[in-house]
Amino acid sequence: MKYPVCREIEGNSPAFISLLVILGALIAAGLGAALYMEHEGHHVTGMNNQIVWGMPHVFAVFLIVAASGALNVASISSVFGKVVYKPLAPLSGLLALSLLVGGLVVLVLDLGHPDRLIVAMTNYNFKSIFAWNIFLYNGFIAVVAVYLWMLMERRMNTYAKAVGVVAFVWRLILTTGTGSIFGFLVARQFYDAAMMAPLFIVMSFSFGLAVFILVLFVSFWGSGRPMGDVIVDRMRALLSLFVITVLFFVAIFHLTNLYATEHHGIEAFILRDGGIYTFMFWVGYVFVGSVVPLLLLNFSGRARAEMVAVSAGLVIVGGLAMMYVIIIGGQAYPLVMFPGYEVVSEFSDGVVNAYQPSLPEFLLGIGGVAFALAIVAAAVKVLRFLPLSLADKDIDPHYRPEAVTADTAAPSEA
Amino acid sequence: MRIMLRIVLLLMCAAPVWAAAPMPEIPKGKGEQCVEDTALMRTNHMEFILHQRDETVHRGIRTKKHSLKECIECHAVAGDDGMPVSVQSPKHFCSVCHRYAAVSIDCFQCHNSKPQTK
Amino acid sequence: MDKSDNNIDQYRRRFLERSTAIAAGGLLAPGVLLHAIANARPADEAVTGKVRWGMLIDSNKCKTGCNKCVQACETENGLKRTGRPDIDAQWIRKVTLKQKQTGHTTSLPMLCQHCAEPPCVDVCPTGASFKRADGIVLVDKHICIGCRYCMMACPYKARSFIHEDLSDQKAHAPRGKGTVESCTFCVHRVDKGESPACVSACDEGAMTFGDMNDPASEISQRLREVQSTEIRGDLGLNLGVRYQGI
Repeated sequence: MKYPVCREIEGNSPAFISLLVILGALIAAGLGAALYMEHEGHHVTGMNNQIVWGMPHVFAVFLIVAASGALNVASISSVFGKVVYKPLAPLSGLLALSLLVGGLVVLVLDLGHPDRLIVAMTNYNFKSIFAWNIFLYNGFIAVVAVYLWMLMERRMNTYAKAVGVVAFVWRLILTTGTGSIFGFLVARQFYDAAMMAPLFIVMSFSFGLAVFILVLFVSFWGSGRPMGDVIVDRMRALLSLFVITVLFFVAIFHLTNLYATEHHGIEAFILRDGGIYTFMFWVGYVFVGSVVPLLLLNFSGRARAEMVAVSAGLVIVGGLAMMYVIIIGGQAYPLVMFPGYEVVSEFSDGVVNAYQPSLPEFLLGIGGVAFALAIVAAAVKVLRFLPLSLADKDIDPHYRPEAVTADTAAPSEA
Repeated sequence: MRIMLRIVLLLMCAAPVWAAAPMPEIPKGKGEQCVEDTALMRTNHMEFILHQRDETVHRGIRTKKHSLKECIECHAVAGDDGMPVSVQSPKHFCSVCHRYAAVSIDCFQCHNSKPQTK
Repeated sequence: MDKSDNNIDQYRRRFLERSTAIAAGGLLAPGVLLHAIANARPADEAVTGKVRWGMLIDSNKCKTGCNKCVQACETENGLKRTGRPDIDAQWIRKVTLKQKQTGHTTSLPMLCQHCAEPPCVDVCPTGASFKRADGIVLVDKHICIGCRYCMMACPYKARSFIHEDLSDQKAHAPRGKGTVESCTFCVHRVDKGESPACVSACDEGAMTFGDMNDPASEISQRLREVQSTEIRGDLGLNLGVRYQGI
């Protein structure tokens, strides 16, 4: 098997330039929105004293969850020794870094005092999972940077496995930390669950791989590099497995809640009476984000890259919907301070809280996504992240050059 | 030609001198003398403020010597209408130097920059 | 000779006794008086855990429709109503409760419960949300970064975020954009030996404030006499605010 050659993309085509321009515009819009929010104060957003975390957090948490999951492909090759994934490891590491940075940028810019970031980096309350997350996130960036170095510099490859293990364990702790942000909130009906951390871990597997698949396929199609059946089929199988795992965890989460009468209120709200949240859950996450991709990935005949890419896109949509339900839905449902009582006050006690996302929030969130993608686009042009070929003959350790028929011919340039 | 260019560049390096803003005229506070020596205050007022804020907020110590409220009381500057000006005005005691030095402060996002009428 | 010596000694003794008595009385009396007037610490003395400030609210005495406590808080701390209840800060609010099964209605003021184990303090990444030694839970707005995690964590929705630039703040209650705040038990008044504005304003006598660590204080006596509950007592937070009548 040939050593996987990675090479910079040409990056001269009008399509690529347009992509950079569009991403640049989205980033500028995001920055403008952040500046506006910081200058005016959060009254220009849809966030208020009831819904304190809004669209920016939906995007940011999705990016951070996907970031740790995007590293999976590299981990499978380094930690679990599956050589067919080896050419994909550098891109996987790059995507992990860029998605995390994009998510963090959105979070920081949404703070009431983003100018006090240095305060956050120097004053720590170690009982707070947020404080731990600051270390986990920054440490992740450092660890993945070192991991990339081990992967991409030939003489350091012997250390790739050791650093890969560190990165793998780190990202599991990181995702546990992210899930625990919600899991540690004992007061809220939707969050008080130990399941939150494991749920976030499996979500990271699924969303991270979906983003990876989209980025990989689009960059290969765009740069005209060959992609073989083996890799497409592997991505298909992996994505399908992760999607069904997440579905299982979500089902267990809700079924357990439904067993406890105490939680019937929140469950009825999310699963039946919550309006937008119910829609997002069933239509957004379950149907569009899980059932349809599973059908496409498993029952659409011969695995085709386009089908896998579409499924990945749907999983991402479902992921965002799930984030919306968890983050916003969890806040919309009122705090239960007086069980058995109807509660009325002038501070929105006892009522479902309304949330109307505003344009600056969307722009900030999308700006973060654009920032992450721009980092990837610039990096693959400047450095050797993208493998030259993913054709079967180049990466499959079990490849046998059989008689080529019309059926089994590996698709070359897209 | 080259010499001309060099002279022009040299003059440009001295631009800060040509463009220097006038030194601020610091308004006098009430009474004879501040709670600390003027030179000490000029270099260290930030330390006093930072220390006092932690003492007050976390330990409930409300001594007057380095209290921000008391600073504002003594160093209030009257505007054209005879009433104390807020930090938005360039005449405010803190603004006078901070605008000159272009060091932004966020104290008055929360604290009232005018003395409260008792 | 002995007799006159005795007399002199007697005079001396009487003189010493009287002057000591007067001096002792003169020294002690003002101290006793001050202690009686106010539990105020001297300004240069740090707070200690010897005192634990608490409140007892009798919901039976609380009148539905009255919100003097809320108005007093707003006046005292410079909170302004701008007609946008979603984002206007509210440190104390009146809550009307109707029991679903029986239809019984009651009302009570809801404010920061000043928990002994505050979830808001646990989750604050910078330590801006903290509990003072005497039990008052506060936000150090100098290091608050405005992440709002404490607002997510509070079981009582006690915290408010400031969504816009403010002006004309009260000097004793600094508050500003981009930070989180909540009821401070009027810490500026408590430090002077007064009670919070809401307690002073309640005409029905529904609110009692005092030192829960002092067995002789009014609040401690009442807490011993009457049945009181903590809202969401199941969370085990050991609240500083207890309610009677619910």
